[in-house]
Amino acid sequence: MGVRRHSPIAPWLFGAPALIGLMLFLVLPFVMAVILTFTDQRLVSPRPGAFVGLRNYQRLLSVGALVQTPERSAAGAPVYARVRSITRGNRAYAGYRPLTAFRLGNRRVTVLATDPAFLQALGNTMLFAVLVVPLQCAMALGLALLVNAGLRGQTLFRAIFFSPVVMSMVIVSVVWAFLFNKDLGLFNQALGWISLGAVRPVDWLGNPATAMPAIVIMSAWQGAGFQMLILLAGLQGISQELYDAARLDGASAWQRFVHITLPGLRQTVLFVAVVTTIAALGLFTQVDVMTGGGPRGTTATVMFEAVRHGVREENIAYGATISVVYFALITLVIVVQQAIRRRRGGGVA
Amino acid sequence: MTPAQRRSIPLRLALHALMVVLAAVFLFPFLFMLASSLKTNDAIFADLESGRALLPVGDLTGANYVGAFARGHIGHYLANSVLITVVTVALGLVVNSLAAFALARLEWRGKQAVITLLVILLVVPFEAISVPLMLLVAKLPGIAFGADGVVLTGSWLDTIYVQIIPFVANTFSIFLFYQVFRDIPKDFDEAAYVDGATPWQVYRHIIVPSSGPVFATVTILQALAMWNQYLWPLITVPGEAARPLMVGMEQFFSARKTAWGEVMAYAALITVPVLIAFVFFQRWFVRSVVGSGVKG
Repeated sequence: MGVRRHSPIAPWLFGAPALIGLMLFLVLPFVMAVILTFTDQRLVSPRPGAFVGLRNYQRLLSVGALVQTPERSAAGAPVYARVRSITRGNRAYAGYRPLTAFRLGNRRVTVLATDPAFLQALGNTMLFAVLVVPLQCAMALGLALLVNAGLRGQTLFRAIFFSPVVMSMVIVSVVWAFLFNKDLGLFNQALGWISLGAVRPVDWLGNPATAMPAIVIMSAWQGAGFQMLILLAGLQGISQELYDAARLDGASAWQRFVHITLPGLRQTVLFVAVVTTIAALGLFTQVDVMTGGGPRGTTATVMFEAVRHGVREENIAYGATISVVYFALITLVIVVQQAIRRRRGGGVA
Repeated sequence: MTPAQRRSIPLRLALHALMVVLAAVFLFPFLFMLASSLKTNDAIFADLESGRALLPVGDLTGANYVGAFARGHIGHYLANSVLITVVTVALGLVVNSLAAFALARLEWRGKQAVITLLVILLVVPFEAISVPLMLLVAKLPGIAFGADGVVLTGSWLDTIYVQIIPFVANTFSIFLFYQVFRDIPKDFDEAAYVDGATPWQVYRHIIVPSSGPVFATVTILQALAMWNQYLWPLITVPGEAARPLMVGMEQFFSARKTAWGEVMAYAALITVPVLIAFVFFQRWFVRSVVGSGVKG
């Protein structure tokens, strides 16, 4: 280490504006979030929040099950007592509402939760991530290979594939909401035209079965260009000599892809997948603009619920609890990433 | 021989065709937006039956743009968004590069601890802290410029600066600067210090002039992020005075769902400046994204 040629305070002066900013607007709110989860703090309230222990977490995450055997069979179909007739007035089920139900043999199992809307939103968010991450990464890899193939005009095509990334998600959502429109949307027009009118118009954003997939497709379209560029940098980092050697040994294009390209991209793909997953778990804008969480809660997400409770219903403590659970999810993703990296790094080259 | 020349001509034609089809897939929403913004609603709906939906053909009109300005307060929101973006980016360049300079070029106790803290903070997504941060800014003492001069207020909500100040310091920008500053040869500043230069002079006359590209990278990434902000202004700026464009767009869309032409004109007005910037600075955009990915 060289001789110190500046006053010991100088580095702190240089760092102070940024460090104070990060402490005040990043570290402090995070610490506040954790503390708030143990209180009943409201956004606008004359009194300070009181300590309530784990009550927010209990309300958020409590689940139970109600198993029913059929009371009788009407025309071969089993008939069950109404769930509400059992739970109402029963202290064991106080605060529980049905989340979902399924059959197990001749029994009906009703899953109950104290906040079914949140658990549904958590499930929706996971579903979104599980659908969009592979789709978007595969699209990005395909695009990266295509613009790396040495064809003419590849700079122009690269720019075109990337262009949706610079477009705001709000604008993308608005434009696509028109494209998805049931009666006048371009997608339904095209489907009808291709199928010669055989396919009935789909209410993409109004149908519980298609709303989330529609948002997935739009999100992948918007974001793929970003991952494409990162994968492209990864592709260009793979030594050309490896390909030349493989070609001399008579390896086919497919073999070169599987044995050189994919292993060479492993770290990049892992990074891209993790970044995409984290972004996917924060899904909010598309839902807020296009569906408002509907239809029937099928597009509500964790962040959507955090904003709904924390801001719109002014229950900041509960909103903070959802934020902390969201952060725990992100942490889990990163822990898994590190584990994969370590195992790969420690194993065979 | 380049890889392309090794491929057979039919294969290259097929790949080219695929690329053109994909380009159409990536461009048609833009084309639809731009074409529709120039048509009356009747013309939009009539053209939906054919490829005309994507082309600016027929009786074109600028009425939608006039309507977007008249009914969407677009000029006002545009001014807010430009102000927020420019000020945040400008302050951010100074603040974050200064911090990166301290981390990369100066020796001090506690440096490693700060770097470790920053690495941890790097993975905290803004969404995770937005709700508690909102409570914080709702209770911070602020100032307002009213009819009776400057007055103290009890909250940052509904202001321009609540959209600026929390975003000036940025861990990611610090890291981008840090990586570049760290790799500049140390001989330069050693020589300068021998000649009696201060750290500020070294920062100002050696480090900053030799790292222009990273300033461009940070500008692009930060400007895009600020321009496209939605969640934060949505929850902290309920009123119209400090509202930025994206929230204005959403409000306009919700209120006028059937006025396709005007909504598209609104969207086009917000998008076209960014697209023009992208076309001109394409190389820099690409470099920014690649730079942002390398850190992994």
